[in-house]
Amino acid sequence: MKIGIVCPYDWSAPGGVQVHVRDLAVALERLGHQVSVLAPCDDEADLQHFVVSSGRPVSVSYNGSKAKVTFGPVSTRRVRRWLREGDFDVLHVHEPASPSVSILSCWSARGPIVATWHSSMERSRALAAMYSIVQTALEKVSARIAVSEAARQTLVEHMGGDAVLIPNGVDCSAFGGVEPLPGWPGEGGALFFIGRIDESRKGLSVLLEALPTIAKAHPGVRLLVAGPGDIEEFRSSLPADIVARVDFLGLVSEEVKRRAFVSADIYVAPNTGGESFGIVLLEAMASGTPVLASDIEAFRSVLDDGRVGALFSNEDPQDLARAAIALLDDTSERARLSRDGVSRAREFDWEIVARHVLEVYEAVTVSGEKVSEDFRGQLVGRLSRGDRDDRND
Amino acid sequence: MDWFTQVLVVAVLVGGIGVYLSSTAGRLDRLHHRLETTFAALDAQLLRRGAAAQELASSGLLDPAASLVLAEAAQGALAADPDDESRRSVVESELTRAIGAVLATREDADEVRASAGPDLALANQLLDELAVGCRRVGLARRFHNDVVRSTLQLRRKRVVRWFRLAGHTPIPTTSDFDDTPPAGLSTI
Repeated sequence: MKIGIVCPYDWSAPGGVQVHVRDLAVALERLGHQVSVLAPCDDEADLQHFVVSSGRPVSVSYNGSKAKVTFGPVSTRRVRRWLREGDFDVLHVHEPASPSVSILSCWSARGPIVATWHSSMERSRALAAMYSIVQTALEKVSARIAVSEAARQTLVEHMGGDAVLIPNGVDCSAFGGVEPLPGWPGEGGALFFIGRIDESRKGLSVLLEALPTIAKAHPGVRLLVAGPGDIEEFRSSLPADIVARVDFLGLVSEEVKRRAFVSADIYVAPNTGGESFGIVLLEAMASGTPVLASDIEAFRSVLDDGRVGALFSNEDPQDLARAAIALLDDTSERARLSRDGVSRAREFDWEIVARHVLEVYEAVTVSGEKVSEDFRGQLVGRLSRGDRDDRND
Repeated sequence: MDWFTQVLVVAVLVGGIGVYLSSTAGRLDRLHHRLETTFAALDAQLLRRGAAAQELASSGLLDPAASLVLAEAAQGALAADPDDESRRSVVESELTRAIGAVLATREDADEVRASAGPDLALANQLLDELAVGCRRVGLARRFHNDVVRSTLQLRRKRVVRWFRLAGHTPIPTTSDFDDTPPAGLSTI
């Protein structure tokens, strides 16, 4: 199948949507399909072979956060050329309500279109006001996917209708089977945290508050912390007996992250909220590391209500300490969680997730119609002009 | 000096101080009055620019992504409370950046006209209105800030502070936000 995938955000910036699109593209290629990804690219050198640039991204404020996107006549021409040259059987746009190439592609194309909704967001005033314009583009979508229950709720509230729930995937083959970081995990018990250190909803402060209690039962316990943020400032705000137990890695590469997962006896996810899905939990499980997480809804569902990972009561350091001590005490329970975690992560392996996505593609392509350019909603005058400009582009 | 001359000197002195105080108070009053006028003018121009951006966004002349970016920024600006200076400077700068992103080059503006077809007159009108709005916002902000600065200078004088000539009028602040007109509308 010839598949065209559109990513609305700057390909060179890290982000959940970009990673999702990249992994999906790789998984679909492994399954023998032909994939092309259209995305805003700051630097067009060194792109993966399947990526086509929709132009240089510009930074805009949208829905309360900054996004690097592309729009305007140059992007529209690139979208059209990509659609023509790609001759796709199915077009898959991601986050179509963002002001970027996803909605431009919907606007410029007709035929089998699949859209995936990633984020849960507040109702956007702009989206409501521009509904008639946006609707022309979005009503062409033949099938809708949401990556989480929260994203599905957003979609239902904003647009009406429903969506198929297909979660994020994890590339299990990339995790586990690596060397731990030097000096880890050691004998005294090792915990691992990953996430922005100064963002309160990532919950590092809850974990640090629990650490003295854990240290009473396990005097040798240490904590490995990976993630961006001002380390010096953070360190100076901690008491000396805590600082001695904590090792800050800063922002880490994919490789160091994979090694960090196997450097600890327990991966702790103390997030206090705002997570729509727990992809990091799956990465820890795929690495064979037992997971201890706050009992927020997204984590409960990934951990199958505590069957494949331990839960503690959200924002409660004492309960976190209790659960961590119990796990550190019980080697056989850790071994069980490690085993069950690996098989749970396999359920979310990209190969399996990609097959679910393919089923959606197959459902919308039964008629055999291909993706083609659409000029409805735009003026015919653009047609000849667009073709002419393309050659000088 | 006899008593009469002494009284005369004191009277002249007091009178002189009185005249100076009242003229300073008058100046300050006139400045405060001008402040109100220039503030209202700036507010009116910001509304005009916001409305022009909103209209262009909902005209259907832009692509849907550009429409969303512009509409979001325009609505943020139109909804902001004019008396909340810090909030306003954020939303107006955002609107400036959004207009700049949508009409980054002359080609972008030309493209809007070219793709308008039979709506060319409308496209011209909306783009002109936005261009005028952007330029006038810049002028109005400059004029307002000039008066703010003169007022602050006068209010810093000791005589104004000692005699409380400013009364309860709040200390004005300059209006600081990015109002660079977009390159795409520069020479209309």
